[in-house]
Amino acid sequence: MQHKFKSAILAASLIMASGLSMAELRLGLDTAPYPPFSQTNTDGELEGWEIEIGNALCAAMKEECVWVPIAWDGIIPALVGKKIDAIVASMSITEERMKTISFSDKYYNTPAAFVAPKTSDIDGSAESVKGKIIGVQVSTTHQNYTEANYPMADSIKTYQAFDEHNQDLLSGRIDAVVGDSLAMAPFLESDEGQAFEIKTMLSDTAIFGAGAGAGLRKEDNELREKFNAAIKEIRDNGTYAEISKKYFNFDIYGE
Amino acid sequence: MRWDWIPTYFPDFVDGLIITLQLLSMSIIIGMCFAIPIGLVQVTGPRWLGRIAQGFCTVVRGTPLLIQLWLLYYGIGSLFPSIPWIRESWMWPYLRDAFPYALLAFSISVAGYEGEVMRGAFKSVPKGELEAARSFGMSRFTILRRIWLPRALQNVLPTLAGEFVLTLKSTPLAATITVFDVYGVGTVVRQETYRIYEPLLFIAGIYIVLTGIIVLFFRWLENRVPRAV
Repeated sequence: MQHKFKSAILAASLIMASGLSMAELRLGLDTAPYPPFSQTNTDGELEGWEIEIGNALCAAMKEECVWVPIAWDGIIPALVGKKIDAIVASMSITEERMKTISFSDKYYNTPAAFVAPKTSDIDGSAESVKGKIIGVQVSTTHQNYTEANYPMADSIKTYQAFDEHNQDLLSGRIDAVVGDSLAMAPFLESDEGQAFEIKTMLSDTAIFGAGAGAGLRKEDNELREKFNAAIKEIRDNGTYAEISKKYFNFDIYGE
Repeated sequence: MRWDWIPTYFPDFVDGLIITLQLLSMSIIIGMCFAIPIGLVQVTGPRWLGRIAQGFCTVVRGTPLLIQLWLLYYGIGSLFPSIPWIRESWMWPYLRDAFPYALLAFSISVAGYEGEVMRGAFKSVPKGELEAARSFGMSRFTILRRIWLPRALQNVLPTLAGEFVLTLKSTPLAATITVFDVYGVGTVVRQETYRIYEPLLFIAGIYIVLTGIIVLFFRWLENRVPRAV
């Protein structure tokens, strides 16, 4: 009796396991909303740039995908424990994570933006900031970049939060700000921010990191190849650009 | 416990310490220059001036220092875009720097709190002593300079020591407006090393030493001024 029961469970689980792995790819995302990348709309459906990109990638890979929301701190264990097959949750490709999991190629990288008043002749080049004051958030990659690349600046002023350097940019106490383009976007779209613009995008993989990629199990080389091919495909056939322009007014792929 | 970051950040801590000490000493000196007349007019009159002084103390003591600091720094800063010529004026280098705002806010705070302390101090000097001074033919200013102010300060030295220790411990607020004092340097260490306890303990130690110095200095001062009978 007990034997039969066990084998029944075994059979059922085998069917389920094989059924799931053949039918669909489980994409893990953070339970917390991260607009405009992923959030749940009023109808209870997932939406956002990353959701659309993820679905486009699945279409390119010719896979059926389901989204599985998982709390951020448990998302890597869930991948390793095979509860999901890939993490598509704006996860930055870092050396620390590479010890445990592997990554596809990046599918976006919010570049750092150099923001200054529209009327200003600072263009973000090393010479143009001579004698100027640049604001950055303290202990960020932006501070590291600014210190390394703008030695001619009069000084680099560090702030605890990025909305504080925006306030001082507004008051004119600082001449420019180096910050995350995505974080700066709401400010630039606000009424106060109309007088300012992104002068140039900054990229430096060594300082800013490689961007966000799909997190995968180390042994799933085949899936990684499929993801990389799909990312290339949607980049090449314009799907990526089409989705992105609904959300961002700059190239979120970075360089 | 890891302390290997101390040599790396030591120069930063020295810079931060200098900022903290500058802010503390300058705001005490400037603040006391205002606190003495603020206390005095509340005792001597004229009455309307006393009222203004009283109102000033109430407002300063009744609002959080952090809010005063932010009102001065970001509040005044938000007015700059509407006065474009200000960026061309000679004041601009001072207006764009954060330290003057911190100094102003802390000086106002010292003036408000110590103005109240000084009011009590002036009142506590026995009337008989002032009358005696007058009968010697001293002018009002001479009485203030030779009798009233020294006696008043003598009475409140221990109180002032405590107040200045409190001022020292509110200086970390300046870090919120980009003045990188000892505390500000400590937060940078925390964010860059991902160590939490050690930098906080290190900063706490620095403040304890500074407090000790203030306490010892005032004890020395108390022993120097002759005791009242």
